[in-house]
Amino acid sequence: MSAASANFLETAPLLARDWLVQFLPAPLQWFAHNLITIVAILAVFGIFFAFTTVAERKLLGRLQNRLGPNRAGLPWIKGLKLWGLTQPFADAVKALTKEDIVPAAADKVLHFLAPCVVVAFSLLTFAVLPFGRHLVPVELDAALLYFFAAGAATELAIFMAGWSSRNKYSLLAAMRALAQLISYELPLLLSVVPVVLIAGTLSTQQIVHAQGFWTFGFLPHWFVFTPWGFAGFIIFLIAALAESNRSPFDLPEAESELIAGHLTEYSGFKYALFFMAEYFGLTALSGLGVTLFLGGWQAPIEGLQFIPSYLWFMGKLVAMIVFFIWVRGTLLRLRIDQLTRLSWQFLVPLALLNLGNAAFWSLTSGWSGPLQFVRWGVSAAIVIIPFVLLGRRLNAGRGPRTYRYAT
Amino acid sequence: MTNSDPSSAAAAPVNSSSGIGDFAFGGFGGPSVRPVNDPFHGDLLEVSMGPQHPSTHGVFRMVATLDGEVIVKLKPVFGYLHRNHEKIAENTSYLGSMPYTDRLDYLCSMSTNWAYALAVEKLSGQAVPDRAQYLRIIMAELTRLVNHSCLVGFLFNDLGTSFTPLLYAFREREKIIDLFEALSGSRMMCNYQRFGGCRVDPTPEWLARASALVDNFPRFLDEYETMLTGNEIMLARTQGVGRLDPKHAINAGITGPVLRASGVGYDVRKVDGYGFYPRFDFRVPLGEHGDTYDRYMMRILEMRESVKILQQAFRELPAGPIMDPKAKLRGFRPKPGEAYGRLEGPKGELGFYLISDGSPNPARYRVRPPSLINLTLLEEMCLGHTIADSVVILGSIDIVLGEVDR
Repeated sequence: MSAASANFLETAPLLARDWLVQFLPAPLQWFAHNLITIVAILAVFGIFFAFTTVAERKLLGRLQNRLGPNRAGLPWIKGLKLWGLTQPFADAVKALTKEDIVPAAADKVLHFLAPCVVVAFSLLTFAVLPFGRHLVPVELDAALLYFFAAGAATELAIFMAGWSSRNKYSLLAAMRALAQLISYELPLLLSVVPVVLIAGTLSTQQIVHAQGFWTFGFLPHWFVFTPWGFAGFIIFLIAALAESNRSPFDLPEAESELIAGHLTEYSGFKYALFFMAEYFGLTALSGLGVTLFLGGWQAPIEGLQFIPSYLWFMGKLVAMIVFFIWVRGTLLRLRIDQLTRLSWQFLVPLALLNLGNAAFWSLTSGWSGPLQFVRWGVSAAIVIIPFVLLGRRLNAGRGPRTYRYAT
Repeated sequence: MTNSDPSSAAAAPVNSSSGIGDFAFGGFGGPSVRPVNDPFHGDLLEVSMGPQHPSTHGVFRMVATLDGEVIVKLKPVFGYLHRNHEKIAENTSYLGSMPYTDRLDYLCSMSTNWAYALAVEKLSGQAVPDRAQYLRIIMAELTRLVNHSCLVGFLFNDLGTSFTPLLYAFREREKIIDLFEALSGSRMMCNYQRFGGCRVDPTPEWLARASALVDNFPRFLDEYETMLTGNEIMLARTQGVGRLDPKHAINAGITGPVLRASGVGYDVRKVDGYGFYPRFDFRVPLGEHGDTYDRYMMRILEMRESVKILQQAFRELPAGPIMDPKAKLRGFRPKPGEAYGRLEGPKGELGFYLISDGSPNPARYRVRPPSLINLTLLEEMCLGHTIADSVVILGSIDIVLGEVDR
């Protein structure tokens, strides 16, 4: 493939937008320019959300010895089942046509606002993710700070929902959501700081550019392939699971304990909005993980750069989400005190040490030859030794047991 | 639940050493519980869990008083499924109650049938042919596999997995349930045992299928244990949670795996040696800590022992009749007298107490339901643990509301 055609594919979305905008009068062009970006993100990630739900149900089904949804086809063609791919659209129609029940005792305004707020804030985070070489909706210098500010606000909406429902389960869920927010925002931020330290910037696009090198053309310089980056990525993954309320950290909506947590008193489309926001949050956090640690839109092999960068980004995003679904199908839920303990006694100390590790990595960037091995060894030791020691402390007094038999 | 009058609180001083935490349950080793009427730490929250709740295993209700998330008081409420079982049985012929016993513990109808048949046989002094004795043991142990695999699956659901372990357990359960259906015509309401024998003789194909299933069952257990028993979250959620000490357990009359998890070696199969159990070679596993993890492991280990019993039963199954030829099912009138028949059900000691006055109906019919009696110490096990643990503890006790409420 020639460089020109590769470049055309790379910029095709932008060219299409500019072509559309040029038909408008000049004063409207700026407005339309932004509007098209917003609509494109809403459409792409709306559809992505729809298919994530169906992928989740199908994957979970396969993990559980069953098929998952496979019946939904098109309403006017009998016999065409499309492997159940239209299930999310049927679900959307169902959610829209269901009765919207508001409890008599609920705070009506907050009860209505909470689902709107949660969707709005979870969508805002998409603004700073670099989806491709030229595709970043808003180029902010402090993009990372913006991302976390918007992401943390979704927890506020969960608290609003829990409080306004006037339901004890919802209230407990709201408390849990806040405890979880306070506990996991810290390791999440601390796991990201090393990346900022090494890349020297808060801009997501520049962080991706900093990972755009290859050794011998096939070993990408993604941050995840360094000791500090790997540790950071693991901490980020755990904290991201907790931030997006996914299993094993889905305490606010712990089905077996709190019925549906803050969603107990929601029905119809408001419930669907929460559901949507949860998946938007998950997608955004996965996108951030891809951006910070997995090289963003960079190709894994130098020779594969002709494939448009946004496809690489989407591929990595899908891989992350499949991983999250896999975790959900596998693990048990933690208890709230164990959840906070895991954060404060394990993740936060590790993340702080990892920050020092990144500083060491940055200081020794000039080392070469055999010193390279020393650099890797020291850096790996800084992560692994505390990991083993802290992990042992966390699990102290517990383990498999042997049993005796009555005579 | 606040104490509105501070002076009354001062008059009856409550501190942590004389509070409810130490009053009755201090020996349980759980976290300390603050007194219910402590006026200094804000309000307590009373949550009514059930009767419509995903984790109460039916229509059971727990009224939990919470301090934050910690349970300081828990009141079990049941009776939502009360169906007047005993009174109905007293107005029905002896045989007529047999299908109704299926509905007591609807997961283990084979065992419940057998317990009832045992009581009636004691009352009338009927003999049971050898082949029927073996078939009864086969059915009872298959039922134990069904019950324990279900229980373990539901326990993991209570622990917060999204159905995966439950569906793996259900895969095995369905195979056994299919066998029951092939034999008795019904998946769960088997109505299989009769006084003096069994209702249907299994075909050789059925026996071959069942034997193959039993031989493959340890593979499922190994798979299950590899995936879950050593899981760190599982250990953290269950070890040390819901301790039950042997003294309390014995005093409350708790039986079955819950009692054995506390380290008391009491198994009616060994104690009474009913049926042909003395001929079988099996061991009774015992726990040490009496916590949720031990109760879970008891089930796993008991399933392994059940597999051994079943394999031996399939090897030794004799030919012959399955019903006592002198048995009289219709117009059955036992001599006046009383009898208590009990067996080791999957959930504990399951007993039927019958008084006959010579009429076709029992004059008194009483069930000793292990689920209900094991449930009596729920509050003691839950105090000081969080609301999330209460669900897990309830799951580990293994109740079926059909049997609790009757």
